[in-house]
Amino acid sequence: MASEGVGGDHEYTARELMVSAAAREISDGDVAFVGMRLPLIAFQVAVSTHAPNATSVFESGVVRGDAAEGFIHTMCDLPNLNRAVSTTRMLDVMGRLARGDIDVGFLGGAEIDRYGNLNTTRVHAGDREIRLPGSGGACDIACMADRTVVLMAHEPRRFVERVEYVTSPGHGDGGDWREREGLPGGGPSALVTTKASFGFEDGELYVKSCHPGVSLDEVREDFPWDLRAKSDLTGDAGGAVETTPEPTAEELDLIRTFDPDGFWTR
Amino acid sequence: MPADKTTSMAEAIGRIDRGSTVAAGLALEHAIPSAAGHELIRQGVEDLTLVGPISDVLFDQFVAADLVSQVRAAWVGNVSAGSGYNYRRAVEGGEIDVENHSNFSIALSLHAAELGVPYLPTRSLLGSDIAAEPHLRVTEDPFEGERVVQVPAIAPDWTFVHVQRASPAGDAHLWGNTGVTYEGVRAADRVVVTAEEVVDESVITSDPSRTRITREQVDAVVEVPFGAHPSPLAGRYHRDNDFYLEYAESTRDPDDAAAWLDEWVYGVDDRAAYMEKIDRDLSVEEPTVAAEVTYGQ
Repeated sequence: MASEGVGGDHEYTARELMVSAAAREISDGDVAFVGMRLPLIAFQVAVSTHAPNATSVFESGVVRGDAAEGFIHTMCDLPNLNRAVSTTRMLDVMGRLARGDIDVGFLGGAEIDRYGNLNTTRVHAGDREIRLPGSGGACDIACMADRTVVLMAHEPRRFVERVEYVTSPGHGDGGDWREREGLPGGGPSALVTTKASFGFEDGELYVKSCHPGVSLDEVREDFPWDLRAKSDLTGDAGGAVETTPEPTAEELDLIRTFDPDGFWTR
Repeated sequence: MPADKTTSMAEAIGRIDRGSTVAAGLALEHAIPSAAGHELIRQGVEDLTLVGPISDVLFDQFVAADLVSQVRAAWVGNVSAGSGYNYRRAVEGGEIDVENHSNFSIALSLHAAELGVPYLPTRSLLGSDIAAEPHLRVTEDPFEGERVVQVPAIAPDWTFVHVQRASPAGDAHLWGNTGVTYEGVRAADRVVVTAEEVVDESVITSDPSRTRITREQVDAVVEVPFGAHPSPLAGRYHRDNDFYLEYAESTRDPDDAAAWLDEWVYGVDDRAAYMEKIDRDLSVEEPTVAAEVTYGQ
């Protein structure tokens, strides 16, 4: 199974698969609002393969049209500033987001719920409240990007019926909630975990594909509600669930070039 | 000749009163003014309100030193390692008051203050629990009736900025990404500029398009090489990622966190002594030199 570091034709880690899946969410010509951690690598893979005309923007004020030369821990590491298209200010970049010019944004979260609402502010472990770092730019991306892609480790404690604190709004309680709230962006269109890829239908999460070696039942077990699969939506109940494509050899080469020590992806 | 505002770090930070609102770390993970921050800790200026978008570990260190009453920020932690453990403990223990923001709402708060208006509207934050907090208001825009969130102005008493070079008068060149640095400078009552290098005014005026901080906004100018370590500074030095990882390990436990402050802040006199302890080469090996820019005459 992928999380054990073994794939079909070649070995890869679950995080490498997530990066490849995230990279495929960036279309050629997209302007992508790139968050921290895995999306840093995903954009570089996308722009080096199928999306040479994609542009990345970072809330720190960086605009890039290519992969950074050298490993980046953060969006402000010097390789990401070096030979960028522009190193500017946050309002320049957030202004593009607020105006509706960002096609896709990336988000993470400690908790996600049935409708893709994300919590990165505070959670409970039993009776104990745990303070998390907070929104950063996540709430802004969640509110205003045309679509968002969420990346999370596949751990049952992260999947909750309703998040304790809505740091970054998803589809609220489903249906036309975002429209009623007056939110300008389209909200989450995909969730990629270490076990499966998910979509949203009428604002509610469903399983789109399971990663190689993972069964649908295994994925469903980790959710506290009756999680729908793509086959439930198409009326093909009982139909086989799709398998997430493995990262290609080229993608793996690139991931290991951009993250040579596996700091983010191993 | 404009007034020469160069001074020592100790003297500059000595001007800051207990109970001040201080903005710092405004360029996000880049150019964090930690040398100024460490002097603030050494001088034990208490009851601070901290303002900033993400801060990386600097705010966590202020909290560890027990200087903080309130945090008005979008994110407080350690970007390389995740949590800021001192901040976490203090919030969980109810010791500090937190006003949750997003990066954009902090930017708008400072932008409102620099424009001299009481608030600015946005369609970000709608539907979030951040918007439901008492420091923000969800209202209708008076023209079209659409829902908007009103973000109040925040005017810091002091803003700390670290730059590559500044003139003795306080005109500064800062390059690389700048986050909300300029908004934070113009929103503030008073500003401390720390610079890798204090340069002759003619260096600044040779490239006025790079000058975004000007003399009338600046109270003090302090020359302090490596003043942003462990954060990176464009053209000068890389992020010291191992330092962030070691900081995380050293602050999981409150006793260890106190020892960390003793070793890295209280136990060193100044930034030069601090950098003596860093045994890593962070220098930029192959600087990218910008194409020549020409101006008038």
